[in-house]
Amino acid sequence: MRPAFSVVLLTTLIGAGQGLFLALYAVELAAHARLRPMPGAAFFAGGAAIALALCAAGLVASIFHLGQPLRGWRAAACWRTSWLSREIVALPLFMAGVSVWGLAHFAAAGNTAALGAGAAVLAVALFVCTGMIYASLRLLQEWATPLTPVNYALLGSASGTALAAAYAGFVLPPLAAPLAGAELLLTAAGAATRTAALVRNRALRPRSTLQTAIGIPHPQIAQRAQGLMGGSFNTREFFHGATPRKLRAVKWSFLLLAFALPLVLLAAGSASAPVLAAAFLIQYAGLLAERWYFFADANHPQNLYYQTIS
Amino acid sequence: MTQLALVIDLNVCVGCHACVTSCKEWNTSGSAGALADFNPYDADPTGTFFNRVQTFEVGTYPDTQTVHFPKSCLHCEEPPCVPVCPTGASYKRAEDGIVLVDYDKCIGCKTCAWACPYGVREQDEKRGVMTKCTLCVDRIHDAALPARDRQPACVLACPTSARLFGDIHDPASAVAVAIRDQAGYALMPEQGTRPANRYLPRRRTAIALHADDLVRAENPLRVDGAEPGPAFPHGATEDFAT
Repeated sequence: MRPAFSVVLLTTLIGAGQGLFLALYAVELAAHARLRPMPGAAFFAGGAAIALALCAAGLVASIFHLGQPLRGWRAAACWRTSWLSREIVALPLFMAGVSVWGLAHFAAAGNTAALGAGAAVLAVALFVCTGMIYASLRLLQEWATPLTPVNYALLGSASGTALAAAYAGFVLPPLAAPLAGAELLLTAAGAATRTAALVRNRALRPRSTLQTAIGIPHPQIAQRAQGLMGGSFNTREFFHGATPRKLRAVKWSFLLLAFALPLVLLAAGSASAPVLAAAFLIQYAGLLAERWYFFADANHPQNLYYQTIS
Repeated sequence: MTQLALVIDLNVCVGCHACVTSCKEWNTSGSAGALADFNPYDADPTGTFFNRVQTFEVGTYPDTQTVHFPKSCLHCEEPPCVPVCPTGASYKRAEDGIVLVDYDKCIGCKTCAWACPYGVREQDEKRGVMTKCTLCVDRIHDAALPARDRQPACVLACPTSARLFGDIHDPASAVAVAIRDQAGYALMPEQGTRPANRYLPRRRTAIALHADDLVRAENPLRVDGAEPGPAFPHGATEDFAT
């Protein structure tokens, strides 16, 4: 598949927004359980604003994916069958939930824990919806695995927690160390499940072949013409066009940037704001590469029909 | 339940692309607006087509067969493109089984094209919506046309009658008979889409010719009573041949 930058940005930005909210809500719950002192209302309200900004940026990026952006509102119609529709319902609901939670903190209204619980459920639901858009496409074998939504949830949570740790580093330093610890655990878990997906996908055998594609059970079939000479939607949308060398380079750079480097930075133990900010930025860059690779790695069966131009 | 579909005879298709051009002509002139064309008279022409003819070479030279393979939407009975659509623009008609896109509802998110294993949906990059074969839905039900013209443009254009059109659920229809008698098959059955369109396989065409088939076994000029002796005095393979 050709990685669309709009979708790469959308999924990484809202993932970080969801993770940031979940990290802040965990801080609030920990304070309610008297594990830690309760941070001030401004800390939560500011964090909610950052999470909202990330989701809004993701929404703007997603508009560039649509051929008819002005009709985007229609996408909420088929939530009964379509995971994309469910995502498009869940995202504004999650943003509304975070807004209410942040405003409740800002206005010092009570019951923020209950309000946050609703938004937290929506955050998790949104992770599931985003992941299932891809995991539900059975024909794309690289995506059709429970590891796909798990990775979306873990990687989003890790980068959001990284942002929460950096945010705390700047405005509430005592909270930075525990958040950095959570970030370390989530990043390690995400590294494990993402690597598991890579290992799984290496062993895949394509379900469809050129023989089943045209229904001729002969071992030797070669395409001589695909019915067009200047390319088509099918040759543009489903091929990434990158060399195997570039693909390998992207894979190793995301393993390095999204997992190895942040883990080294965090394990070094310094919970200073600049280090945590660097860990977030490096990991986010790595996740951009990770999402690019996620798309490029998927082999669409329609490509069997588009192998030779002449 | 009616399920309209095409049956394409790979034994007969000569790869002339008449179905491609007639499809484009009919569908670019419809009420939905013109199908996109970019650089039509320049290098790298590209654009939206609902139907493509591809060519495959089967076997190793010199024992090869050239297979021309027309490919358009298969109007699956379990269309994977329909449930993934977030707006309901992609749908399958209950009355005749045609899978269609409502161009006024489509937001151009391309998810349906991702869900289709056959690569038969093409995003129209000028209109920003997904397009695909409609089985000429604006033609086959048009009572203003003579009955013989109420067929998809590709079927009418095919000079070798390689394309049959009809209701595959009606066991007496020409398409159902062709599928039954000539082993019509579906593409990528492993994807579980149950395509309505079927393909008739290549057949080995052989004629057993005997020497006596090439001459008249009996002289038709026997009326004058001076019949020469038979060419095959010991009897021919078909003694009723004249």
